[in-house]
Amino acid sequence: MRLRAQVGMVMNLDKCIGCHTCSVTCKQVWTNRPGTEYVWFNNVETKPGLGYPRRWEDNQRWRGGWELDRRGRLRLKAGGQIRKLIGIFWNPDLPTIDDYYEPWTYDYETLIEAPLSERDPVARPRSQLTGRETSVRWGPNWDDDLAGAPETASEDPVLRGIEDRVKLAYEQAFMFYLPRICEHCLNPSCVASCPSGAIYKREEDGIVLVDQDKCRGWRFCVSGCPYKKVYFNHRTGKAEKCTLCYPRIEAGLPTICSETCVGRIRYLGLVLYDADRVLEAASTPDPRDLLDAQLGLFVDPDDPEVRCQARRDGIPDDWIDFARRSPVHALAIRYRVALPLHPEYRTLPMVWYVPPLSPVVNALEQDGYEADPDDVFPAIERLRIPIEYLANLLAAGDADRIRFVLRRLATMRAFMRKQQVLGVREERLATEVGMDADELEDLYRLLAIARYEDRYVIPQAHTELAQRLAELPGTCGLDFEGGPGSCGAIPRPAATLNQRFMLTERPERRFPGARPLPVRNRPAEEHP
Amino acid sequence: MTIWDTFLWVVLPYAALVLFVAGHVWRYRHDQFGWTSRSTQLLEGRWLAWGSNLFHYGALAAIAGHVLGILVPNWLTSAVGISEFTYHFISAIPGSIAGVVCVAGLVILIVRRAAFVRVRRTTDAVDVAVYTLLAIVIGLGIGETLAVNAFGPGYDYRSTVAIWFRGLFWLHPEPQLMAGAPLVYQLHAASAWALYALWPFSRLVHVWSLPWQYLGRPYILYRSRYAAARR
Repeated sequence: MRLRAQVGMVMNLDKCIGCHTCSVTCKQVWTNRPGTEYVWFNNVETKPGLGYPRRWEDNQRWRGGWELDRRGRLRLKAGGQIRKLIGIFWNPDLPTIDDYYEPWTYDYETLIEAPLSERDPVARPRSQLTGRETSVRWGPNWDDDLAGAPETASEDPVLRGIEDRVKLAYEQAFMFYLPRICEHCLNPSCVASCPSGAIYKREEDGIVLVDQDKCRGWRFCVSGCPYKKVYFNHRTGKAEKCTLCYPRIEAGLPTICSETCVGRIRYLGLVLYDADRVLEAASTPDPRDLLDAQLGLFVDPDDPEVRCQARRDGIPDDWIDFARRSPVHALAIRYRVALPLHPEYRTLPMVWYVPPLSPVVNALEQDGYEADPDDVFPAIERLRIPIEYLANLLAAGDADRIRFVLRRLATMRAFMRKQQVLGVREERLATEVGMDADELEDLYRLLAIARYEDRYVIPQAHTELAQRLAELPGTCGLDFEGGPGSCGAIPRPAATLNQRFMLTERPERRFPGARPLPVRNRPAEEHP
Repeated sequence: MTIWDTFLWVVLPYAALVLFVAGHVWRYRHDQFGWTSRSTQLLEGRWLAWGSNLFHYGALAAIAGHVLGILVPNWLTSAVGISEFTYHFISAIPGSIAGVVCVAGLVILIVRRAAFVRVRRTTDAVDVAVYTLLAIVIGLGIGETLAVNAFGPGYDYRSTVAIWFRGLFWLHPEPQLMAGAPLVYQLHAASAWALYALWPFSRLVHVWSLPWQYLGRPYILYRSRYAAARR
């Protein structure tokens, strides 16, 4: 067993109002540059819908992620190392810019400089790729709120298998929003696809980053990511991706998308997992068992033995305390109401989603019911279509898993309503869904009250550890296991580490010893 | 032997070699961020599928042919039992095929770069110079192979051009061997040196980044933010 800490995210889809504030603030911070005009590290999709890039979930086409070979061994869906080298001159699985959209701006100058005339001047759209006038035909959220859905939504890959029963007529439609960032997977296929070894997962917090100096632009990460969340900067010829705003995370601050979220749907926190069993979990034969296998990797930071092991594996003490209070651990692991996006891709994603009750409630209202939360309960059993859709999205098709979560959410509402309106604390409701009343109240506190300090429980990075590298071993006078506190805080070298967007610093150059870790077992001498 | 011959067959090669080596060292040390093939596949994919694959595989085969014909001396090939006739056969038939494949790829790439505005807009002056030199070098090369060796009178470049080329690396240049070579061989060699001189300052540096280390590498890479601090 070797424990690692991972910064994870949970998004409560019931609260997402689809305002795109997260996308806009993310773009302003990270991709507001030439070459990344079309790039949205964070985007919000309407489901059912095609998404961005179009039909990204169709991995029979793009061949992202992992699959099992005939003997049950995990391999990249797009082919292994030899196949990539043979095909290095052209990537057959790469989306082109038209699968995203042609980025455009408007000819604003005309508005100012047009001569006086009877009609108002018009700012025409111009392509940011060619500089020429263009007509805008698609965009990053073209099918927002089911716009054009009667024509396009039937091509949504998530509808596969239930398309004959889904009605997209206005009266019978259901929809919800799906905000997406990089999943910072435990078993990232982009990392595995990179021939140059430029993409890596950080040991300390699990954030997946692209070393801009090491990237040679082979583009296999772009197609290798089943979520299509690695992008190619067409100016620099390098891959870029969501950084989980690591400079903010290191300072204990939430990501920009979280900080600016109007609906307060996002949660950030640590989880501890056993890195030695990642491959085993990702190789689980039945895709429907993948979620349980992934949940089996996480350990309980309240367990004293786990805390000992974490300390042995170099996780700082205060980080273990943060892990105990982590909302991600609570929602995804303790209460199991958050689910990973498309677990069947076998990347063990670390952005989790609380499935929305709203499509169920909406469908209920269309059936003529009052939207009494208590009525939701039988409806969850009855309304197959939205549930099957959610199951295809969040549970590898396992509808029972969606019912399980929705029942917990509906029960929490019913329980709290009875408690607050009638003053009755009905334990029975809690036990019916395998929880107790205190747990339901805790869930309510997390999901409904959702205070800032409950949503974001992020430890600061231990930058003083970097300082220790410059010193002779032992000059600090404190063993690491005793905690680094007595050395005093040392100012963070923030700006110098990131001269050129993302991680351009190459730690192995300055810090000899940084080296790849095998998927299976690291040599024993690493942690004696 | 004129002063021109000395310039073209001694000064130019050594100047180009110095630029080639020093340029790569400088670029590698100072421009890791710019070290990429700057692919345009994102902007246009279908033409690139043909152009890129034909060009690269054709070029690799042509380079292998040059190694056999220029770097390997006559006595070595005959020592392993390759007769002059067999050698000529190898250089004429597979060599012509490789050349034609490479030229076809290059033509597709050039047409694509000119025809698709999205791709054209990413083209800078160095790219134009690289494409021009590649077209000249490869065009002259296929001309030699087809017009002189496959269908023409033939020219024994292995006892002139090849010896001159190898001599450069023993610091024993013999420019008189090139002075007597046919014009098409002279132009091919001179333009190739120009290409080598430009190489480290262009996107051609991606050639040296062919990621062999990917073979046999563990799939998932971890890197510590502060590696040594973890003991």
